[in-house]
Amino acid sequence: MSIQIRSIWNAFRQSPHAPKWLTWAAINLSIAVYFGFGLVAPASISSTAWLPGETTHGHYQIELDCNACHDPGRSADGPSGSDVMQDACIRCHGEQLDLAKDTHPAKKFRDPTNAERLAVLDAQNCLSCHQEHVPEQTLTMGLTMPADYCWHCHQEVADSRPSHRDMAYDSCATAGCHNYHDNRALYEKYLDDHHGQPDHLELASLPRRSTAASLSGVFRPDRPLGIDEADHPPAEAVDQRVLDDWATTAHALAGVNCTHCHGGKDDSQWSETVAMESCQRCHADQVASFQTGKHGMRLAVGMPAMTPDQARLPMHAGQAHAKLDCNACHPGHRFDTQFAAAEACLQCHADDHSLAYRDSSHATLWQDELAGSGAVGSGVSCATCHLPRIDGETGIWVNHDQNASLRPNETMARQVCTHCHGLEYSLSALADPRSITSCFGDAPTERIESVQMAHQWFEQRRAKREARLQKP
Amino acid sequence: MMKLNRNQQLAAAALSVCTLLPLAALPGCTSSEASSTPSGGITPQQFADGVHAVMMADRTVYATHVVTNLQKQDAPVKAFEYWEDTENSIPLPAQMFRMGAELVDENPEAGFTYALRSKWPLNEQHQAKTELEQTALDYLSDNPGENFYGEEELGDQKYFVAVYPDRAVAEACWSCHNEHPNRGDDYPEFGKDDVMGGVLVRVPL
Repeated sequence: MSIQIRSIWNAFRQSPHAPKWLTWAAINLSIAVYFGFGLVAPASISSTAWLPGETTHGHYQIELDCNACHDPGRSADGPSGSDVMQDACIRCHGEQLDLAKDTHPAKKFRDPTNAERLAVLDAQNCLSCHQEHVPEQTLTMGLTMPADYCWHCHQEVADSRPSHRDMAYDSCATAGCHNYHDNRALYEKYLDDHHGQPDHLELASLPRRSTAASLSGVFRPDRPLGIDEADHPPAEAVDQRVLDDWATTAHALAGVNCTHCHGGKDDSQWSETVAMESCQRCHADQVASFQTGKHGMRLAVGMPAMTPDQARLPMHAGQAHAKLDCNACHPGHRFDTQFAAAEACLQCHADDHSLAYRDSSHATLWQDELAGSGAVGSGVSCATCHLPRIDGETGIWVNHDQNASLRPNETMARQVCTHCHGLEYSLSALADPRSITSCFGDAPTERIESVQMAHQWFEQRRAKREARLQKP
Repeated sequence: MMKLNRNQQLAAAALSVCTLLPLAALPGCTSSEASSTPSGGITPQQFADGVHAVMMADRTVYATHVVTNLQKQDAPVKAFEYWEDTENSIPLPAQMFRMGAELVDENPEAGFTYALRSKWPLNEQHQAKTELEQTALDYLSDNPGENFYGEEELGDQKYFVAVYPDRAVAEACWSCHNEHPNRGDDYPEFGKDDVMGGVLVRVPL
């Protein structure tokens, strides 16, 4: 055998085309290695070659971790070529849809009478409306279906809602009217209940955070600690300024000592850096929600932290390589929530909306609150709108998924805007691109009609009922 | 006899056990008689009749002993259509019934679906959706006290369909329906035991 190979090799070397063959083989081998490595390697730039097209703005952060969506082994139902991506959608978005009281959950279509409708539009499959890697047909909210999709099932809506007659088929899901999934701020009773509100409410204030009550895990606030009680290992040289900062924080006030975050009192257990998991021990909801937003979603799938240079929105160049973990907005050892609420955002974000913030009336209110001339809760920072305060089971906590109130943005109307503004004003502002660009420095130029329409609907119903009751 | 799939057989067996166990405790009924199941299993109609009996019993108890009782006591908690967003509110009996149906829809092991239907639906989702459903509602109106049984094919799947008269069992039912703002001009004035619609059980064959 070795003699045969040697004779072939000798014949090959003597061939006048040997260099060409070698070059051809080397090129093919390189291509195979390049693509093969990209296929099996962990999430990295080498996987770029396998991207079939530009990924949507909601998923591009994790696009190099192909298995985040395409790993059949992670499906709860086992490997399946047909529904593996559907399973991936539910893993990340299932709980969000439940919280949003999804008005079109898959279960709604399990009634067999929907068979004909499902044959036209499979509403039980996320991918029917949200395909990936098809930028040429992707609309806002990752929709890859023509915007008149409501018509397939609701074409007779004018029979029960005459006010909807002659409305365009693709106008249902425009701002202020309907959403496919989240209608918490748009269903007719909610609209009617908030009819007639002034643009600016007399009592305009955010709910107070109940941080201690909303803490998770086994740790509970203990007695306040003084600076002399810091329990870092004696061998660790700790800057006095660090200790001074820590001593002024809620951490020291709640009895959270150095070793709670940095490890044990022994040098071998001590860590200079603090992992997100350490924060999570007490702030589970905050960390969990951080990982479902664009800031933290890379960490959720085990990828390195997001950095501003990877963002599609304009960012300040100086922060290009800043890692987006807990410390990015809550730098130690002050963990200043006031800094995190606005300045932390503005040190990176450089889009028109963010740049307009400092000149907005919202920013003025925030500065007044910081200066003490405005009441607590009267200021409006970036976090006020993008990290809404959620009334949870254990108290009011801050949702750290800054995208949660933007899927779609009417969600913000109910969670945030209506603390200070009337619903109609809020929905109108959120529907006005100019108002959004100016960071709501300009009042909305047009008013959405849904609040008035819902009120008229209920008024008509009430009038009919009264007329019927008055009949002998 | 039509055959039931494994999940339906299990559900039927569980239902039989629940129904027959109390009988076993009655004088004159031996344990062997009570726990025995009919040879050859049960028909889809028997299955539908059984699950219908359970669901109607639950809803009747809820409407009578929860909703109506709260009304009578003038309690601060009331059954209200928009209960999810309203303090001191609980679901209406029809909503409780529909939420149960949705939970069954979520369970791929359940092996059947059920729903409310009416010729005068206050909720558009409860109107007849197939020709057979319309026929069933007409039949219930024309034949008071009788059930409707039939078969239909939806999306290449054959179903056994049973529709039972849905009666006004508690004052809370007819008073709320009669005064509901969504009622149409042709809406009847319902009273006790009137058939307000149908309870539909659909079993794949």
